[in-house]
Amino acid sequence: MDIAAQSIEGGFADPVFNAQTVFRAVMDAMARPGSVQALPGLARPPAPLSATSGAIALALCDNDTPLWLDPALHASAAIGSWLGFHTGAPLANTPADAHFAFVANPAEMMALDGFSQGTQDYPDRSTTLILQVGDLTSGTPLLLAGPGIETSATIAPARMPRHFVEQWKQNNQRFPRGVDIVLATPDGIACLPRTTRIKTMEA
Amino acid sequence: MTDIATYNFAYLDEQTKRMIRRAILKGIAIPGYQVPFASREMPMPYGWGTGGVQVTASIIGPDDVLKVIDQGADDTTNAVSIRAFFKKVANVAVTTDTASATIIQTRHRIPEHPLTAGQVLVYQVPIPEPLRFLEPRETETRKMHALEEYGLMHVKLYEDIAKHGRIATTYAYPVKVEGRYVMDPSPTPKFDNPKMHRSPALQLFGAGREKRIYAVPPFTDVVSLDFEDHPFEVQTFDQPCALCAAENVYLDEVILDDHGGHMFVCSDTDHCEKRREEGHRGHLAPEMMEPAQ
Repeated sequence: MDIAAQSIEGGFADPVFNAQTVFRAVMDAMARPGSVQALPGLARPPAPLSATSGAIALALCDNDTPLWLDPALHASAAIGSWLGFHTGAPLANTPADAHFAFVANPAEMMALDGFSQGTQDYPDRSTTLILQVGDLTSGTPLLLAGPGIETSATIAPARMPRHFVEQWKQNNQRFPRGVDIVLATPDGIACLPRTTRIKTMEA
Repeated sequence: MTDIATYNFAYLDEQTKRMIRRAILKGIAIPGYQVPFASREMPMPYGWGTGGVQVTASIIGPDDVLKVIDQGADDTTNAVSIRAFFKKVANVAVTTDTASATIIQTRHRIPEHPLTAGQVLVYQVPIPEPLRFLEPRETETRKMHALEEYGLMHVKLYEDIAKHGRIATTYAYPVKVEGRYVMDPSPTPKFDNPKMHRSPALQLFGAGREKRIYAVPPFTDVVSLDFEDHPFEVQTFDQPCALCAAENVYLDEVILDDHGGHMFVCSDTDHCEKRREEGHRGHLAPEMMEPAQ
């Protein structure tokens, strides 16, 4: 398939209701960190952008939201034009300018503090990271606590960024500034808002 | 064709919904922080719940069941109008039953029936800034939130005690969310403040005229501000509901005639009706109830 066809195919079949379905899954996941919200494959973006993160992009991004793509995604011209055609979102010059960052290869990701953290006055002006992870069960188990969690929750996302727990602790300390993370697996999502505190099971 | 085809689903256009949805996600991530958003003109005046309507319109889907209450009642003008609005523009199921609703839009009450996980409570908020009547400048209140400088609010509560011997604030009673942001719970009676604390439901707040959205995720600490020697207290009532004899609920005073006759009844109409169906009778309840339709 040529790049022009690739960039046009694979959007939402039903934009209004599919966007609502994806948003509600993200909202519920953000409100209940560590809970896994199932998400059917509603978008078919060019690889290596996953169906789940593609659907999140279609539901939340538009010409108001500069995007940052990690090198694995940036290397594919088809992804840039797919996102451009379906969302109209511009690509950010630097990660600190991005409202949303899509990361296909979290293990090789730059530090969390390279993204926009918002300001003390406007902590909402921060980057939301969408990390594509293989699953939420095969990695290092993370014990979660904080708002949205009744007692505790556990997820074990595979292939997370280096020193993630330590980086996340620093992200917590910047509160109310900080980034929020959406973990996108092939069949669902879980979220780590900046309020969630993480402990590793070994510690 | 049905008349819903003349509008996008749930009235708002998709770009507006995306903008509001992004604000809601930030609000959930920063509990109690007021996220600015580009509030739209709605087909109702400011003060009638345009903020709550925009939040509801952005989250609602075809499978949702919507309940709308106004001061606890399902049958007042505002509640009926907003319910009819969403029935028309989103064709969703509506209910007055608290337990079976997935989204409850509320003006100034939290239902008496405990909320459950998975429910979303959407508040209509007139003035989202708890410090606004103490400091009119937005630049200053923003700085106060940034620096977590809430001394002024404690001074206000202290002045209440100095003047009245107790904290006289009875509604829009300020709360601190997750130990960080001081938040206006919207003009709910302070009776409802304890229900916000670690509620299993997601609470979203929309202020249309003031263009702010904020949120309290489930199981989040919401603590009413007070002093050690003047702890926070909710209202109590001397008598039970005149219709259903409920105690420990919030009551409205209803004037019965022009000779000073009055009675106190549940402000939550759904709660009151359910209790009467179960056979509870207050001292002014009619002797024979007509059979439920």
